[in-house]
Amino acid sequence: MSHRTFFWFILPSLLAMFVFIAMPLVSVVFQSLYIEHEQVMRVTKNCGPFGCKEEVSVDYEATQQLRDQNPLGQFNGLGTYLDRDHLAASEVGEAWTSSTSLGEFSTKLYNLPFYRSLAFTLAYTFIVTPFVIILGLLIALGVNRLTPVLKGPTIFLSLLPMIVTPLIGSLILFWMIDAQGIIGKSLQLLFDDKELSLKASPTLTWLTLMIYGIWHSAPFAFVVFYAGLQTVNADALEAAMIDGASRLQRVWYVVIPHLKPLFIFVALIQLMDNFRVFEPIVGFSAEANASSLSYAIYSDLKGDVIQFNSAAATSVLTIVGVAILLAPVLRKTWRDFQQKVV
Amino acid sequence: MFFRKIAAATAFATLLGSTAYAGCGLSSGNVNILGNEFGAIQAVVSGAKECAGGGVTVEANLTKEHRDLQVAALTANPAQYTAAIVANSSIVPLMNDGLIRPLDDLVAKHGGALQPHQLITIDGKIMAVAFMANAQHLFYRSDILEAAGVGVPSTYADVVAAAKAIEAAGIMDNPVALNTKTGWNLGEEFVNMYMGTGADFFKPGSAEVSINNENGVAALKMLKDLVDVSSPDFLTFDSNATQALWEGGQLALATMWGSRGGGILDDEGSSADVVNSTVLTGAPTLMGDNVASTLWWDGFTISANISDEDAEATFVALMNGVSDDVIKANNDAAVWLSAAYTAGPASAGVAATAAAGANPYPMLPFMGLLHGALGAELSDFLQGNESAEQALSDVEAAYTAAAKEKGFLN
Repeated sequence: MSHRTFFWFILPSLLAMFVFIAMPLVSVVFQSLYIEHEQVMRVTKNCGPFGCKEEVSVDYEATQQLRDQNPLGQFNGLGTYLDRDHLAASEVGEAWTSSTSLGEFSTKLYNLPFYRSLAFTLAYTFIVTPFVIILGLLIALGVNRLTPVLKGPTIFLSLLPMIVTPLIGSLILFWMIDAQGIIGKSLQLLFDDKELSLKASPTLTWLTLMIYGIWHSAPFAFVVFYAGLQTVNADALEAAMIDGASRLQRVWYVVIPHLKPLFIFVALIQLMDNFRVFEPIVGFSAEANASSLSYAIYSDLKGDVIQFNSAAATSVLTIVGVAILLAPVLRKTWRDFQQKVV
Repeated sequence: MFFRKIAAATAFATLLGSTAYAGCGLSSGNVNILGNEFGAIQAVVSGAKECAGGGVTVEANLTKEHRDLQVAALTANPAQYTAAIVANSSIVPLMNDGLIRPLDDLVAKHGGALQPHQLITIDGKIMAVAFMANAQHLFYRSDILEAAGVGVPSTYADVVAAAKAIEAAGIMDNPVALNTKTGWNLGEEFVNMYMGTGADFFKPGSAEVSINNENGVAALKMLKDLVDVSSPDFLTFDSNATQALWEGGQLALATMWGSRGGGILDDEGSSADVVNSTVLTGAPTLMGDNVASTLWWDGFTISANISDEDAEATFVALMNGVSDDVIKANNDAAVWLSAAYTAGPASAGVAATAAAGANPYPMLPFMGLLHGALGAELSDFLQGNESAEQALSDVEAAYTAAAKEKGFLN
């Protein structure tokens, strides 16, 4: 296909991506560099059912004049990135100089909201991704061996966790693990501890969220690997069987190397998706124990006082985080591509 | 000929019918109301919907998430909703951004039935019409307190002592609950408890916060004592969850909103023993005579970014929603601010809290930021992971960062 034809072919997609992805991205980066104008305030007398009181309130007209002159706000440069809600440069420096041990430093770091969210996000990403791949592979290998009669229903059941909307799935599990719910009560009986509550302890909440994440994403890996298993070279497998390889050796030496590109593909998608974990935290009402970068953006944008600039800065930091995570995988893919071309 | 007669007759009948429906005296206008979702507001909105028909449309969106929607929805021009049902704290962001209009002319024209204390005036202009009062106060089970041999608690220390006596007597485990869900609810519990110390949240005349002192620590310590006698899942308890627990008979002492009283004392959703022994009483005090609660009003405001015709239609419809008939029909749904309201057992708690001298929730433009910081940072302390002083210093730092970004501090 000539370059011109290719260009006209992808023009609609390019336009859509430019309008819906590129321009908003630029706008978000811009917004993260500004903060709101100073609010002009004055004392007013407010009366209501419980009497009158002199209180401070915002002088809307005067503040609006400032905003009309400079709609973007006051330029803050990287100030928002370095404030306490984000990278917290001064707090981290102070913690470093005043801590006597690494443990004390990490406790102080964990107290800062961005680093607490980052800790859970990274833990979630690096624990859920490998387990999803392993579980997906095991399910695919198992389903591949079933008799054709059972294959269809088993595949359907295996795909269900992915089909259920994340919010609904997490809500159902939330009710089941409640202290009065079936899983919660069973665990209390099993461990003989009446005060055991999966929702109360941060460790158990993290565990619940990660188990939910693995359960929800494993079908995706299963589908990809199952498709890949159909293309395994039957001759290579037969040769291995003749050489006396056991089933485990066949899988390790023939199937897995064949599926390597698919592992990289699933790992890429999972790293990107898990870094943006959000729905389970909402579904499990777990914000007390586990917060992620996406949840931090959401809580900035929620409520009466919306903090656009803070949310913009966290968004940019999330994009930078995803880029850092994907850099090794992308570099390897690029190198492999270069070798093939050569 | 026959067909034409029938057509003319039908047209006439429809015309007569539609003019008969425009009972509120309105000929046109769109009314769209945004508000919180509980019984009293649903009653007001159904009263307003009676004005629909004959060129007037009345719609409503009642949701727990109304605070998240209201600023963006009313900033649009024309605004997505013509009226927002607000309370002391949710009116502040609308005032800060100039999203609601003064109601002086509309009150002069249509608001004859309103009492003077229902008019919320800010800087001399009527900005909202309040129709109900609310407060968080104590609910207790008289049968359980009797069985444990404790009297009715009047301070929060008494509440904790009573709870421990109930647990020691083996009657009930985790008999206490407050609305301690992380977020707005948890922030509200701290604000109420801090009011019980009589101290100020901010340095007078400025937006600088000052809660990291012995008053803040005392308030936090009492909250910790209370959650120690609550279920371990206390960080997920919002007002719906506590009401459900109460109606299920699993609590003996709870701090809940007065507006839940009607729903708890009715004959749905609970058993006779629970309902018959539930008593609503004023909020406990913390230090001295300071009531550990805040007084709230709920009222309606009209958007600024709508046509005058829609504004008038909305005002008339909502006046119909708070008319004497609606209030009499829903007497127990709330503590209505109207002459047609007769106090009953469902309002005893709010009335007692107000009579004991509770203060209204502070209507300061930056209170929302402090409330948000409290809701986010206090769960660590309540789970026993950090000290009270550290928690308060975190709250102050989070508030200061947010206030700087929004332009209240520099």
